[in-house]
Amino acid sequence: MSCVDYFLSEEQQMIVDVARQITDEKIIPQRAELDESETFPTEILNDIAQADLFGLYIPEEYGGFGGGSFDMVLALEQFARGCVGIATTFAASALGAYPIIISGSDEIKQKYIPDIAAGRKWAAFALTEANAGSDASGIQTTAVLDDGDEWVLNGTKQWITNGGEAQIYTIIAITDRKKGPRGASMFVVEDGDPGFSYGKKEKKLGIRASATRELVFQDCRIPKNRMLGRQGTGFFTVMRTLDLSRPGIASLGVGLGQAALDEAVVHAKHRVQFGKPVISFQAVQHILADMAIQVEASRAMVYATARYIDSGARNISKESSMCKVMATDMAMKVAVDAVQVLGGHGYMREYPVEKMMRDAKILQIYEGTNQIQRNVIGQALNKEYSRN
Amino acid sequence: MKIVVCVKQVPDAKDVRLDPKTNTLAREGVESIMNPYDRHALEEAVRLKEKVGGTVVALSMGPPQAGEVLREAVACGADEAVLVSDRAFAGADTWATSYTLARAVRKVGFDLVICGKQAIDGDTAQVGPGLACRLDIPYVTCVRAVTGVDGDKLELQRLMDDGYDELEMPLPGLFTVVREINEPRVPSLKGKMRARKIEITTLSGGDIDADPACLGLAGSPTQVVKVFSPQFNRDKTMICGEVEAQVEELVAVLEKLV
Repeated sequence: MSCVDYFLSEEQQMIVDVARQITDEKIIPQRAELDESETFPTEILNDIAQADLFGLYIPEEYGGFGGGSFDMVLALEQFARGCVGIATTFAASALGAYPIIISGSDEIKQKYIPDIAAGRKWAAFALTEANAGSDASGIQTTAVLDDGDEWVLNGTKQWITNGGEAQIYTIIAITDRKKGPRGASMFVVEDGDPGFSYGKKEKKLGIRASATRELVFQDCRIPKNRMLGRQGTGFFTVMRTLDLSRPGIASLGVGLGQAALDEAVVHAKHRVQFGKPVISFQAVQHILADMAIQVEASRAMVYATARYIDSGARNISKESSMCKVMATDMAMKVAVDAVQVLGGHGYMREYPVEKMMRDAKILQIYEGTNQIQRNVIGQALNKEYSRN
Repeated sequence: MKIVVCVKQVPDAKDVRLDPKTNTLAREGVESIMNPYDRHALEEAVRLKEKVGGTVVALSMGPPQAGEVLREAVACGADEAVLVSDRAFAGADTWATSYTLARAVRKVGFDLVICGKQAIDGDTAQVGPGLACRLDIPYVTCVRAVTGVDGDKLELQRLMDDGYDELEMPLPGLFTVVREINEPRVPSLKGKMRARKIEITTLSGGDIDADPACLGLAGSPTQVVKVFSPQFNRDKTMICGEVEAQVEELVAVLEKLV
């Protein structure tokens, strides 16, 4: 309920208020049904668009609000308090847009970003393949320049969030295998491009309101100017994108953790056993206390990291990875604890915490597993301490 | 089309308590919200504007703090905000309120007025129809859908106990809405920014050329004497014994009552 005063500006408080109202009035009443029926949350995305939140992180010259990482974190935390599946869908559009914002020419930004900012079109980001998960160098999708004016893409992307629902896709493909990490480039592919189709739709443990699908490229032809940045800069764009997006995933952990804590405390106050509300038992109090400590510590770290990024800091990989690990491991633990506090009720689908537990797991896996994040942190430490 | 939406600031029903000593609403510390039915009225006005063009004016009669609901209305899509406020309006019943609102609405100008079916504090459902009568325009209450807009008339569905009526209403006119009519939107970020800066037009009794005798307590033929939670304390008497004796005793009790 109450949390530390983080001294939000008036605008930041407005973002929280708008996102909170959407969460309470639109997301929470529908989340169980959307999860159960694995339905894509089109109407709720339209509500978010109508409230101008799709443009939160987008520069004003492209129709956005011109906000930063922190603004995005504040909104995502609220949405995740309601449903991580819906919050993921929203975040995935940003993930798909970042490569265009980071590396796109002004012309290509003008073409795609205003629609994404207004929520008229949704974006998706496609990196993962069957043999390229944590090891991004295993990418097999290729792009070949044909006759000098069209790229021809071949390959299959896997587990793509918003696949089949988004209209704009940012894709990484190999343009010169001999060049290793400098041999990959990023492209924009549109829904309906010739040779571009959707494959299997996945059935998942959690975040079931979100769509996860294969993207199939069979001699998919796109105009030459759909490449983002120079040839060979694909990995740079991907790394920069993930550095910016990880605090967002961390904030999904904070929102989910807060929701799990809220449910657990309210239940513990009402559930009577041995003639007393179970919150009066120290065994339960200590679980709740540990949950609260971890939620607040994670929130403080995520907010601090987002503010650090917004200050213009360049080397943010380590910090961005640290907050992702901290907040998402917390979310998993706190969600499991919430189910324990609710006991038999917590295990029933009638109560929201079992869904939180299912949803929490993906946060430790996607946008770089928490093991890969630790690699990033470890390598950064090694580098930092080698300087002297 | 110029649409005026009447919005009222009311105490949040979740928090309403009666002060047991004074038998009045305990407003201290109770959060104020926009009357929920008025949110639906505003949403319908904004949707009509988006469809056929025009402006939406949110209008509220109340103390200066009612400006908050007007800002909320702007955040949700109203173009202008008008606060009708004057100490002389205090204590107005629905008769004086509809008089005051009518003067203000006429001053602002309108093609259509939309109100919530009723306010959740007074629950009279009289102000909408009263306002239409004062303005001498047609009105339809409990509208559940606007099915057509055709130049100078609206096609409306009025919710009834056993279904709904399909009606046509010429403009200028007024209708009141039920919750089924729409799902109100959440304020937008740009709307909130605009709401923060917008200048609220304030109209006093003098600004609307009101007759002081028709305002506030002086202009109110009804007065709230007492507000209380009804107590249902029943006295129980058991009648025992032979059946005939019981009947006799019961008849005696009933005779005493009549």
